[in-house]
Amino acid sequence: MAQFALKTALPNYLRDEQKRIEGFVRGVGLDIFPTIFEMLSYDQMNEVAAYGGFPTRYPHWRWGMEYERLSKSHEYGLSKIYELVINNNPSIAYLLEGNSLVDQKLVMAHVYAHVDFFKNNFCFKMTSQGRDQRTGDDIRKWIDTMANHGATIRKWANRIGLETIEQFIDACLSLENLIDPQKPFLPKETSPSTSEEEELPEPQEVPLLRVDREYMESFINPAEFVDSQKKKLAEEAEQAQRFPTEPQRDVLGFLLDNAPLQRWERECLAVIRAEAYYFLPQMQTKIMNEGWASYWHSRLMTEKICDPSEIVDYADRCASVLATSPGQLNPYKLGIELFRHIENRWNRGQFGKEWDECEDWGLRRHWDRRTGLGRDKIFEVRALYNDVTFIDEYLTEDFVFDQKMYSFGYNQRNDRWEIESRTFDDVKNQLLTSLTNAGSPIIYVVDANHGNRSELLLEHTHQGADLRLDWAKEVVKALCRVWTRPVELHTIVDEKPTALRFDGKDHSQRSL
Amino acid sequence: MSLRIDQDHSRFRNIVRGRIRENLRKYISQGELLGRQGKDIVSIPIPHIDIPKLRFGDKQQGGVAQGDGDPGDALSGSPQDGDGQGKAGDQPGDHPLEVELTLDELADILGEELALPNIENKGKSAIVDKKDRYVGVRNVGPNSLRHFRRTFRSALRRQIALGTYDPKRPVIIPTRDDMRYKSWKTEEEPVANAVIIYMMDVSGSMGDEQKEIVRIESFWIDTWLRKQYKGIETRFIIHDAAAREVDRNTFFRTRESGGTMISSAYRLAAEIIERDYPASQWNIYPFHFSDGDNWSVDDTLLCVDILKKLLLPASNVFCYGQVDSPYGSGQFIKDLKEHFSDHERLITSEINDREAIVGSIREFLGEGK
Repeated sequence: MAQFALKTALPNYLRDEQKRIEGFVRGVGLDIFPTIFEMLSYDQMNEVAAYGGFPTRYPHWRWGMEYERLSKSHEYGLSKIYELVINNNPSIAYLLEGNSLVDQKLVMAHVYAHVDFFKNNFCFKMTSQGRDQRTGDDIRKWIDTMANHGATIRKWANRIGLETIEQFIDACLSLENLIDPQKPFLPKETSPSTSEEEELPEPQEVPLLRVDREYMESFINPAEFVDSQKKKLAEEAEQAQRFPTEPQRDVLGFLLDNAPLQRWERECLAVIRAEAYYFLPQMQTKIMNEGWASYWHSRLMTEKICDPSEIVDYADRCASVLATSPGQLNPYKLGIELFRHIENRWNRGQFGKEWDECEDWGLRRHWDRRTGLGRDKIFEVRALYNDVTFIDEYLTEDFVFDQKMYSFGYNQRNDRWEIESRTFDDVKNQLLTSLTNAGSPIIYVVDANHGNRSELLLEHTHQGADLRLDWAKEVVKALCRVWTRPVELHTIVDEKPTALRFDGKDHSQRSL
Repeated sequence: MSLRIDQDHSRFRNIVRGRIRENLRKYISQGELLGRQGKDIVSIPIPHIDIPKLRFGDKQQGGVAQGDGDPGDALSGSPQDGDGQGKAGDQPGDHPLEVELTLDELADILGEELALPNIENKGKSAIVDKKDRYVGVRNVGPNSLRHFRRTFRSALRRQIALGTYDPKRPVIIPTRDDMRYKSWKTEEEPVANAVIIYMMDVSGSMGDEQKEIVRIESFWIDTWLRKQYKGIETRFIIHDAAAREVDRNTFFRTRESGGTMISSAYRLAAEIIERDYPASQWNIYPFHFSDGDNWSVDDTLLCVDILKKLLLPASNVFCYGQVDSPYGSGQFIKDLKEHFSDHERLITSEINDREAIVGSIREFLGEGK
């Protein structure tokens, strides 16, 4: 982006401000990548934001859609983007030209906390691309990687035609969320040895119970038992025959390895998958990440950065960021309050066996052991948790009450959305449900040779909520496009096990 | 400076307009086209294409939020799902947009979105309007029309010619002769006048939803035609077994019950045209909305007769929109098609639900008549 290289350097007064803020940031113990700030005009900002922060991404209409939404909302003064930071080493953050100085300072403080989070939270380790041999630094050259992705797709678009490429990418994007969040933490699969000399496995004996006295045989190992053991053995043998041997959650990865793809298709799919994994941690830690950034901008601004004359402007801005509205969870608000809650609890020693067992409300209210561990605790939490575990472990009854949290749902009878409950268990359950698997259904590839016709069978692990059916059908179609053979998805519709199938021409749906 | 995003953006616009990637069009969310109608302000959603993914059904999953209220209380507005692809800390929230636009802008957008052609005037110029236009300068006139620059210039010219102008002390004093005044001419302008006659079937079979569809559709038609013609007039006719002319409010609110004689409305429309809007001077747009359940075959034949003899020759275009109702047989549109299979001034359209409104508007206005 030559056009950016020219004019995006920070003006001097902001560079001074950056230096000062970076000093404060390091002073409070945040551990950051080097961070480069660039100044963008609003249309550049809308463009970069539409590309998800990477100005060099592959061509696709949906960036254009996002751009239109952002520009229109900017033009009509409905919302504007204050800041944008990308997980890269060095981290890159964009400031909006024409924002007031208070806003710019606020953004910088906020950004630095995000960068600390990128660098230290365990979820983001999967975006690491290795370690620098010399300095030991974490390599995250995603700007380059994304540019390479862009080049790959442009190359194929030039050769094969944008229309074809785009249709394939759209199909891949339909599958974008079918990845395995645990994948980066699983042991690397060892590829089965294919050497000719490998010995044939010994024919297995039916495992029976040991019998010392022959006359006891028919009592210890009765015929039924022998049969059941044989059956089990046969099942295991069949299991070993099956492909994949274990259900696979990384559907994109499975397709990449096993679908009969042409080279351009393989490369496009690989791009989509890599980017999906890159963005996954940001979805898994939305509440924590925003909470952490808000926590620190609030502390740094009020304690160190702000001039007294700026404090009202700052407070106004901060309040609008943390505002809540009915039926919509504000991750900034929930995150910052929960971090504060944790800090407060660990400062006052409100943890451990004694605390958990204390049921005296008055005692609990004024519980203060002056342990002063709050600061250490929140740093630990920011490194070791994601949204699900964060909520699971630290959301407390008191917190739910103090923060006026409620769960809501759709009431069919009244045809409207209603507040359902304010009890701790309901709220926590609801919240965890919506965060699980980043809000996506859990899908496994079960059989790549379904019906012995090399059809693909996937299974939806139903956890109470049905799939959106019209979309599910389109996804099955997209799967069929990639797999090139008929595809079936087993799910549950209105409490009935159902198969959705696309055979290349027609959709069908039947009960199982 | 051209941005890189422009390519992606124009691609998206082309998809929305249906020029490329037809298969994606079905995922465009239209949202509610009509927001508010009063005071020239209206809200318009922004086109959005969702890429289908495996997701949970809309109303399957609730959520968690913060704020006041008791269990069982309704939430204002409908909850929004989080954005699928989370970006690290960017914009605050993903709120639905409500953009306020003037009706003129709205009509532009409508025209652009639906690729509507501008309407060809029938070329009627019998009605003229007088308009004053400032076109020249003269030496006499009222002081209020004094042309300062020209006055100053002629004074300067005079002083230079006389040699009384001193660049070091540039004082310029206009005399009576230097004074210049703006002058105007009265021009006669042909005016394109247009009238829209809305007719709606309010018989028992037209339910609230059907009327709502008619209301939304006629609002958009109104908006478009108003943009095209200055001084447009609207007349409203409702009918069941008998027709009567009503005001706008009544038009949209009335629910009658009873049979349906479409011919009554057509006859009344023809009378109004004959009385008030001579076809040689007016662009006439009759729109008729019904569920297509006419009382008798005889009446349908009568309608065809009136259309042929009176309405069609007078109109720019006659539009018949048929809404889908659970009671109606929907026969009328078939009859019309049969009798006027290729009549260039009759456009029929079936509006089965709200989603179909956009397509129907395009059918009505897409030919620029």
